[in-house]
Amino acid sequence: MPDVTLDPWYLAAVLVTVFAINLTLRAAPFAALKPLRASALVRSLTLWMPVGVLAILAAVTLRGTLIDDPANAVSALVAVGVTVAVHLLGGRRTLLSVGAGTFAYVLLVNLDAAGALAGLF
Amino acid sequence: MTLSSAPAQAPPARSRRTEVAAGIRDSLAAGLGMFPIGIAFGLLVVQAGLPWWIAPALSVMAYAGSLELLLIGLIVTATPVATIALTTLLVNFRHVFYAFSFPLHVVRNRFAKAYSVYALTDEAYAVTAAAKEEWSPWRLLTLQVAFQLYWVGGGLTGVAIASVMPGPVKGLEFALCALFVTLTLDTARSKAQVPSLVLAGLSFTAAIVLAPDAALFVALLLYVLLLLARFAFGVYRSKKDSDA
Repeated sequence: MPDVTLDPWYLAAVLVTVFAINLTLRAAPFAALKPLRASALVRSLTLWMPVGVLAILAAVTLRGTLIDDPANAVSALVAVGVTVAVHLLGGRRTLLSVGAGTFAYVLLVNLDAAGALAGLF
Repeated sequence: MTLSSAPAQAPPARSRRTEVAAGIRDSLAAGLGMFPIGIAFGLLVVQAGLPWWIAPALSVMAYAGSLELLLIGLIVTATPVATIALTTLLVNFRHVFYAFSFPLHVVRNRFAKAYSVYALTDEAYAVTAAAKEEWSPWRLLTLQVAFQLYWVGGGLTGVAIASVMPGPVKGLEFALCALFVTLTLDTARSKAQVPSLVLAGLSFTAAIVLAPDAALFVALLLYVLLLLARFAFGVYRSKKDSDA
């Protein structure tokens, strides 16, 4: 297993930052409910933001997988296809779709590795 | 909201036990999803080479599933705290809008209220938004505590499993990508979402060309700027229309 040496101050800074931002996001609207609700800009952002942020996260994590392991680019794309297909055809059950996609990727990646090992001997 | 839901005068005196039981019942369906994803989260923390306690620490300090999964990768690569802050802000920005319909008003105790706000996750919001009847404080708090126990418990179970496994399972980290793909599909269900998706695509493309090493940060930033421009353009256009 890779061992990562991390500065404890860095970890503490991350945890405190994340905690503060999360709590602020969850608590602030209760304090300032009305003006927020009335703001046309906030209402538009509510509507527009989620889909794009999630699409960017999907793209960034897929790109990360492709960069980390370029040899398995096809496996990653197949696994994305499996995820989408299971999600749309299987009634949008997140756990099922994520499970199927991840299983497909793990299977393909390890089959490749097994094949490569077999080729060595 | 129906007229009958106006300040329910002292909800029918049901026993605390009945309310706690109702809260646990409400929590089960979502918990069925949270626990296994929690296990995957715990496995990933250990496989990434992070100390095991990062799993419960994130589940207490961040307590937002998809963000926690994302943070593993960001922490391992020692991503600057500023990037993590912006990512947290944008990924969890949706929580701002949960306040509008969350039944926090039923909770009277100050500490209970604080916990209820802190634990206002996607799942807590979804279950309360879907419920028809009036909430009682015990039921709501039981629901939220149960959710956090499933999540932290799942993470610890994952950590335990990882410690007895002979080696890491190669490819397991794909779960995060798959999760974001399904969440994108769930939010992109109407044609009205197409312009946002196009702007997100532009932001991502520009980011990997302009700043391949900080793609997430730059893409999210560009996306927000483009949405602000879109809003300004809409205001400008409606103004022009009303002037004409």
